[in-house]
Amino acid sequence: MTLARSAEQEQFAAALHDLLTDGATAAAGGGPGAGGGPGGDGTLRAARRWAAGDRSAGLALWRKLAAAGVTSLAVPERRGGLGASPLDLMVACEELGHHALPGPVAESLAAVPRLLAALDEQGLGDDGRPARWLAGLAAGDLIATLALPPRLPYAADADATGLVLLVEDDAVWLAAPGARHQSVDQARRLSEACGRQVLARGPAVAAAARHAFDLGALACAAQLLGAGRALLAASVRHARQRVQFGRAIGSFQAVKHQLADVAIGLEFARPLLDAAALALADRGPCAARDVSAAKIACAGAAHRAARTALQVHGAIGYTQEHDLGLWLTKVRALIPAWGTQAEHRARVMAALATDGGPPWS
Amino acid sequence: MSPGPGDAAAFRAEVRDWLAAHVPAQPLPPVDTAEGFARHREWERELAAARLAVVSWPAEYGGRGASLLEWLVFEDEYHAAAGPARVGQNGLFLLAPTLFAHGTAAQRDRLLPRMATADDVWAQAWSEPDAGSDLAAIRARATRSDGGWLLSGAKTWSSRAAFADRAFGLFRTDPGAGRHHGLTYLLFDLRAEGVEGWRIAMSTASHERGLSLRSPGRFCAAAARLVELWQRAGDPADTALRDRVTDAWIGARAYRLHTFATASRLDAGAALGPESSLGKVFWSELDVGLHETALDLLGPQAELAGRPAPDGRWLGDYLFSLAGPIYAGTNEIQRTVIAERLLGLPR
Repeated sequence: MTLARSAEQEQFAAALHDLLTDGATAAAGGGPGAGGGPGGDGTLRAARRWAAGDRSAGLALWRKLAAAGVTSLAVPERRGGLGASPLDLMVACEELGHHALPGPVAESLAAVPRLLAALDEQGLGDDGRPARWLAGLAAGDLIATLALPPRLPYAADADATGLVLLVEDDAVWLAAPGARHQSVDQARRLSEACGRQVLARGPAVAAAARHAFDLGALACAAQLLGAGRALLAASVRHARQRVQFGRAIGSFQAVKHQLADVAIGLEFARPLLDAAALALADRGPCAARDVSAAKIACAGAAHRAARTALQVHGAIGYTQEHDLGLWLTKVRALIPAWGTQAEHRARVMAALATDGGPPWS
Repeated sequence: MSPGPGDAAAFRAEVRDWLAAHVPAQPLPPVDTAEGFARHREWERELAAARLAVVSWPAEYGGRGASLLEWLVFEDEYHAAAGPARVGQNGLFLLAPTLFAHGTAAQRDRLLPRMATADDVWAQAWSEPDAGSDLAAIRARATRSDGGWLLSGAKTWSSRAAFADRAFGLFRTDPGAGRHHGLTYLLFDLRAEGVEGWRIAMSTASHERGLSLRSPGRFCAAAARLVELWQRAGDPADTALRDRVTDAWIGARAYRLHTFATASRLDAGAALGPESSLGKVFWSELDVGLHETALDLLGPQAELAGRPAPDGRWLGDYLFSLAGPIYAGTNEIQRTVIAERLLGLPR
């Protein structure tokens, strides 16, 4: 196994970047503005409107992403999906994080299809609904979310979805959104998930839920890595343009070295992300360990990117009017989502202890 | 992670078996003593006899024409087996790549076979008292004399120079040229007349260990030992320390994955550019953090010099790691390279 993204995967990421840059501008009805987006500000406008309760522009983006195959990636072929590899999915999620796409990305694109596919395969909760939901996800007709307490106590953006699931112990519930909570990320609404009807229960469900959690956690890590890249790009752009003391502030060594450290963190997080995706594809014994390592590294790199980005932007980055805050708050929300850093570190160490030594493969 | 085609697995097994049979059970004496230097030279000859000293070199110079990925496999196994320090590393990792890239066939034929067998152990002579990170400030001069060059000036941090046979370094041959011009890369004999006094001055700096290219083998082996130490001696209630152990292991794994990916790109014909600066900062900080964690884990025992293996290694290796952020281009130089050449920030 050698880690290198294929030419097709690079092209896929570039196509999504274009879609979220140009397509988003049209979808959001906005032109180039004062935003600090990675290549345009359309998705950021959609995120702002999403935060204000108007999801039309954001949902238009989700439909475009469905047309590009993004919502089909984790859906099996027999249900109209692409049955793509976890690495393909992570390439997409990283790009969605790069553009701060609003909506339940890790839930609807990764964890829910993974969970439903397991129920569907094993004939659990067999009234045909998992199959129909999978087809809906693939077609872009359905967006879904889930809660997986205690690690994921709230369902993200339930109001924007047509399906809310709750996983508790060995049971999957069809749920309804309960009490709402506002996240620090204004383009993210959290809901209590109130179980209404048990869809399936048993040890096989618990195993499926573990796999769904791992894929969701890795998708969250990919979003964080993408967000970190966007924060670095925005900081470099700002540091090249902003003049103080008669010089671009990016010429000051104190600024350069902080941004170099951000670049280093992001550079060495990505191999862990990709390796975990390959481990999930094989469902090897180290998959959970590798997912946790990736989440720790991506969250750490994104955290450093966020702190440095705010410092480099200075006071303007602190304002609500500046787009930087959309990423800063999303990173803050996603770092402890899908398992805290402490939980993931404990998982890595537990895996190393039971393996009786750390295999590097 | 298997490094590629099936041959690599056979190569890994061969290296592992050979090292298991040959790595000295007791660590060799320190390389900065006369006896230790001689013992390390003998070890290099043993490696060379098994054609394991320079696996990535062409066969005509004593290598096996191995790919970069196979070289990484060798390094994995070498560090996992706790092989002795490579006394020839300055020549093997700094001079030889320069000869392959810029030398003539005659130079390679003359110098490389003797380097591979440690008949010539090379020292480096780059830095001067007033030219460290600012290499272009070099003042040591070389002037034409009968049949050669006359060298004058002071060099410092010349790793291995106390006992080495020959040295390579930069000298100013045209004092009238600009800072970055008029410099010549010269190879010279450390046994030549007049070099002796200089040799003594340099011996004080012999614990400097220059090496620009780092395989992940050292960090993976150390991280594995750190996890083992934690499981054996760590306080399970100390979750802060446990998390540092975990992060060190994750860092070693990240560096390994990254290096193997880079090596396969290079094996496929790509060239390494300024992105190598990302790795230099990463591994040197990782190395310090990993060893500091081990010392914190050992607690009051950590400061004791001369403890037996396995825990006795940590202190010496920690001191070694502290040089990492300084040599081979300080991490400040590397961060500036990253900012200007990779991120595009203004000079």
